[in-house]
Amino acid sequence: MSGVEGRLTALVGALRGHGVRIGTGETVDAARAVAELGFTDRELLREGLAATLLHGPGQRAVFDPVFDLYFPRGVGGPDAGPADRDTLRDRLAEALAADDRALLARLAAEAVDGFGGYGSSPGSDGWSAYQTLDRLRPQTLLARVRADVRGRNGGAGFADRLLDDEIRRRIEAFRRLVAAEARRRVAERRGRDEIARRAVAPTADRVDFLYANRDQLAELRRAVRPLARKLATRLAARRRRAARGTVDLRRTLRSSLSTGGVPMRPVLRRRRPVRPELVLLCDVSGSVSGFSDFTMLLVQALHDQFSRIRVFAFVNRLDEVTGLLRHGHADPDGLGARIRAQATLTGWHGSSDYGVALGEFTERYGGAAGPRTTVFVLGDARTNMSDPNLAAVRELARRARRVYWLNPEPRAHWGTGDSAAPAYAELVEMHECRTARQLSALIALLLPV
Amino acid sequence: MFTSVDDVTARLAETGYLASPAVATTVFLAARLGKPLLVEGPAGVGKTELAKAVAQVAGARLVRLQCYEGVDESRALYEWNHAKQLLRITAGRGESWDEARTDIFSEEFLLPRPLLTAIRGDEPTVLLIDETDKADVEMEGLLLEVLSDFQVTVPELGTITATRRPFVVLTSNAGRELSEALRRRCLFLHIDFPAEELERRIVRLKVPDLGEALAESVVRLVGALRAMDLRKVPSVAETIDWARTLLALGAGTLDEQVVRASLGVILKHQDDVLKAAAKLDLDAL
Repeated sequence: MSGVEGRLTALVGALRGHGVRIGTGETVDAARAVAELGFTDRELLREGLAATLLHGPGQRAVFDPVFDLYFPRGVGGPDAGPADRDTLRDRLAEALAADDRALLARLAAEAVDGFGGYGSSPGSDGWSAYQTLDRLRPQTLLARVRADVRGRNGGAGFADRLLDDEIRRRIEAFRRLVAAEARRRVAERRGRDEIARRAVAPTADRVDFLYANRDQLAELRRAVRPLARKLATRLAARRRRAARGTVDLRRTLRSSLSTGGVPMRPVLRRRRPVRPELVLLCDVSGSVSGFSDFTMLLVQALHDQFSRIRVFAFVNRLDEVTGLLRHGHADPDGLGARIRAQATLTGWHGSSDYGVALGEFTERYGGAAGPRTTVFVLGDARTNMSDPNLAAVRELARRARRVYWLNPEPRAHWGTGDSAAPAYAELVEMHECRTARQLSALIALLLPV
Repeated sequence: MFTSVDDVTARLAETGYLASPAVATTVFLAARLGKPLLVEGPAGVGKTELAKAVAQVAGARLVRLQCYEGVDESRALYEWNHAKQLLRITAGRGESWDEARTDIFSEEFLLPRPLLTAIRGDEPTVLLIDETDKADVEMEGLLLEVLSDFQVTVPELGTITATRRPFVVLTSNAGRELSEALRRRCLFLHIDFPAEELERRIVRLKVPDLGEALAESVVRLVGALRAMDLRKVPSVAETIDWARTLLALGAGTLDEQVVRASLGVILKHQDDVLKAAAKLDLDAL
């Protein structure tokens, strides 16, 4: 079994590189699992390693592609010669109609082998899933597969109207198989470790807000509710602890009179449970809208933790959008579009202007920030070269109990180009907040108790 | 306990629990490596059932600790029987303090709670710690000693170590993030909604009177509902409920009328019902 330890530790290394925390103990357990399960069934091995190495459901999305790289299904291309495009499409249509997973996996291998290769000189050549799918166009098979399935079982019945979606899901699964196969072939050429590091997408909560694509943002939105529940319990625990205050000297001495002036029982200061107020100022201009949308939804999901939440959105004008976020009828997917459609956020031009927007807040909604309010400003502090209006921020910081600025840009970029981040950071506490993971950590830390 | 993964699948199936390969593999490893099994997943996919099935297969007694907010040492581990201790003290009025003291802190006055019960027995035991996420963080600290060394320390009696390690199953609905320390000590199993083929077999097993074709339509429709972005997606338990409802309604096939009438069985929120109806082209409800 020599070489297996190496393979296993390399797999663990790659997973650690993706932020999965695995200790030595788990690696030893994984090795014991390998010894118990053997190598006869790859899927059992996959499940066994997942059970021993992973600690949460979110990590599975990273684990599967990495596992495919380190314990590949085979080596090299399929035995069959290069397939002809039309026959391959025919066979693919049949496999999709029958929903035959094993056959689909074999076809994915043949497809990458036949159409995915590019380049000729060693060093520049490789395998591309994109190119494979572009040539094969599995999405155009929908009508054919549908007709095929209908012909087979008569096409009657209620479940028939689900057919289109089912076929689409099968095609999507085939695309993922092609992507995995292409990664495997590339890894044979370029070295596993590099591909495992580069080509495997990170978990959704570690994706940069600024670079997240649509699917990742949708996945983040789905994560809002469980995340909010988690944060709420954490806040409740902090509140319970904070309710027990310090020793109240006056009342301790007063009660000590009954014991002859000897303070037998200290009286603790009791805190009145006040639910704090929260104000959110969100930049919703194109570049950072993914970040603001997500944060708005998260805060909204936490609404029962606060006596009052007010949310303001701005690009270069500022408007209140609290009503658009109200619990229940907020459809998270369309939130950004609704805000931009229904609130007055822009004046003559469409680029963000922090100075004007912040000035407008202190002028029009100054009353929203009081001594019990915590204000969060969300945005990249890129003013497009206009006046940052530091006076307005100073005024805001004076009125509110706390002001925090969450910036989705990496700290290294603050102050580059038109960023006024350093100037603002001198007046209010500014935090780097690039991923959902950072955001939840910050919210747990910064939200008022 | 088990000889192979296939053995696990076959023997669990005998008790009426159809396990996916992931479930069977993890149960097999948990038995072989002697590690606790942490099971997570949406409500109603059979997390608690798994523990019961394993207990039945192994011919073991099932000790269950149901967690809730505020569950503490005296509910989970052990408690001294104060009333009995007082009676003992009153009964032996003439004896010295030393005699009484050594006597009232003996096994006789100990009330074992689930964790201690599971560790003390000689017979094979399956310990089910249900809904671990509902318990407070302090409770987790208590579990750590039990789960890593299978021992419990009672200050007056000393450390009690398990003579026979119980098979431990912890379940969680992920209502709260369990601590990393607890996760590390366990094998992790995420039970998701079953694949279509497996779910069909489950429905056939639980509702045998339902026709083959209808069972298939039911499972397909539930699969489609899960793909929609609903507030509460239907779980296996709901699929079975729905199959039973259809049976009771005497429906031979799925049609618009039947689905519209019984959608409330699988979907628990009104906006979910409306959304699903719109997506499935049902007429207005």
